[in-house]
Order: sequence, then structure tokens, then C-alpha cells
Amino acid sequence: MGLIKIGRHDKDGTPDIVTTTVEKAVNWARKGSLWPMTFGLACCAIEMIAAVSSRYDMDRYGAGVFRASPRQSDLMIVAGTVCRRMAPVIRKIYDQMPEPKYVIAMGSCATSGNIYDSYSVVQGVDRFVPVDIYVPGCPPTPEALFDGILKLQERIMLKRVFLKQPDQVKPGLKI
Amino acid sequence: MSLQQLASRLQENFATGFVKAVEWRGDLAVIVTRDRLHDVAQFLHDDPGMDFDYIVHVSSVDWPDDEERFEVVYEFYSIKKRQRIRLKTRVPESDCIVDSLTDLWKGANFMEREVYDMMGIRFRHHPDLRRILMPDDYTEGYPLRKDFPLRGKGWRDTFEFLDETAR
Repeated sequence: MGLIKIGRHDKDGTPDIVTTTVEKAVNWARKGSLWPMTFGLACCAIEMIAAVSSRYDMDRYGAGVFRASPRQSDLMIVAGTVCRRMAPVIRKIYDQMPEPKYVIAMGSCATSGNIYDSYSVVQGVDRFVPVDIYVPGCPPTPEALFDGILKLQERIMLKRVFLKQPDQVKPGLKI
Repeated sequence: MSLQQLASRLQENFATGFVKAVEWRGDLAVIVTRDRLHDVAQFLHDDPGMDFDYIVHVSSVDWPDDEERFEVVYEFYSIKKRQRIRLKTRVPESDCIVDSLTDLWKGANFMEREVYDMMGIRFRHHPDLRRILMPDDYTEGYPLRKDFPLRGKGWRDTFEFLDETAR
């Protein structure tokens, strides 16, 4: 996004200007500064922590600044088994996040409850918060989480900023 | 004191309450009647030869086919003498209550609350017998009983808080 000066680049002489839409520019800015919230509930949190560490370096996707407060974050990574007693807390925290906000259900437990088909485990976090990306795995590797984040970034690029959102994503649309 | 000596001392002191003692793989389990449970525990706690000063765990077992359906299991450890003992007693479903041991071991408090929460066995003279894991207003019963359905009775799928939030 080299909107600095109109002219030619000093080194190779290519035009020093990029044309784009405001919407794309806004989406580009949003996808490049995802601020996740620490929401580790079980063992998936360990892989989430590993994803931020220097070996995997989640920061290179612009999504490494983990916040402990929902008011400073726009991405909730639900990592781990969701018990029914935790559900109102997750919903409250989701409601406290400023718009635009995104949710990644990390791991089988947050996606579907996994093997914990019991009286206290919620069978998927999507039953009470809208989920954008599901990351499979038990637990998912950091690479799998990155794949989810990249998919989310591609999806953010498709969002409408100044117009109403399309009612539903058309089938066959590459995300 | 060996485990046999421990068991025989208990048998001497509690002729009425003592049911039997089982030693298996170096662990001693003593089964007592419910009415003498607190006396036996007091003896284990106070007697200088016993000196069980640490309560390891309180748990419970559901035997649905037995006449006295529930079993409460206490495990004690003597830090000074480095020996363990397991104390068991049976409780019928119709009168589901045992004496609390919180007056002897303060640590029994939360563990007895958990047994109450999961199995529905009440503890007489417990200072604060509330549910500990499930919410206070949970109405479906006691989840660890054998006749409780594995998937619960619908609580895990009802999200009443969603009515308060704008979706």
C-alpha cells in the first residue's frame, strides 16, 4: 500500500501508486491487526500458547498481540472443552468485545464437544456464539491454527464495510 | 504398626461398628457401620497410636443393585507414621445421610460437598452443605448416580442467557 507519493520508485522505476477501494483498504487493515483474546479452557490452550511462541511466531500474521481483556480484542479463540457452566461467561465476554469481532472454535471440543458427550459439556460453542472458523484437531497443531487464521483473514477480505452484509455467502464462493 | 495390627486394634475398640477389614496390595480398607463412622474416625484422628492427621480424599460409589445403595469412602494418611487407611461405610437410598467429618479434618469440607453434589449423599452437621461443581439452582439431580442419564436431562443444551442478550 505505497500511497506515499505519486511518481516512480527510486530503484526499479515502477509506478509508486496503488489503486484500490476504500473497502479493501479497511479490510486489509483489519485482517492485518487481529488482536486475539486469551481464552484457553483446556489442553488446546497449550497449542495456542505454542503458536505465539518464537518457534511458530503467530505475530507474522499480525495476530500475535494477545489481550486479557475482551474490550481490547477482536478475535476470540475458544480453545478447549466448553462446560455448560462456562457458557454464560463466554457469551458475556463475546458481547463485551467491540465490533467487528470474529470467533475461532479451536479444536474438536469447542467445535462439537468431541468425545465428551456428557451432561455438563456443551456440544459445540456455536450453540451460543456465532463462529467464523472451525479448526479441527485434538488438539490442533499451531500450523492448523495458523491455517484457521489465514482462512479468517481471507474471509475478512470479503466483508462489506460500508454496505449491508450479504445475507449469506453464496455456495461455491472461494473462501 | 503393621496393617494387620491396625485392623485388629480397630476391631478390638469397635466391636459393634466394625464390619470387616480388607487388605489388598498393601492397602488396608476397613468397612464400618454408618452409626459408628464418626467414632471410628475420631479414634483414627485422636489416638496417639493411630495419628491419622491428613484426609486424602472423600469419594462415593453407587451400587444400584445393592440394598444399601451408596458407599462413602474416606481415605486418611498419617504424615508422621507414613501409613494409610481407607474407611468405607454403606448408606441406603431412603436415608441418604452420614455424619460429617469436618469437625475432625477441616479438609473434608469441600470433598464432602462434592460427594453431596455428585451423588446426593448428605452430611450431618456439615457447616456449609451446598453444591460445589454444579450451579446452586441445578435441578436435574445428582449426575454421578448410575440412574442419571449420561447426556443429562437437557441442561447442557438450554441457554437461557441468550434471551437477555441481543442476538
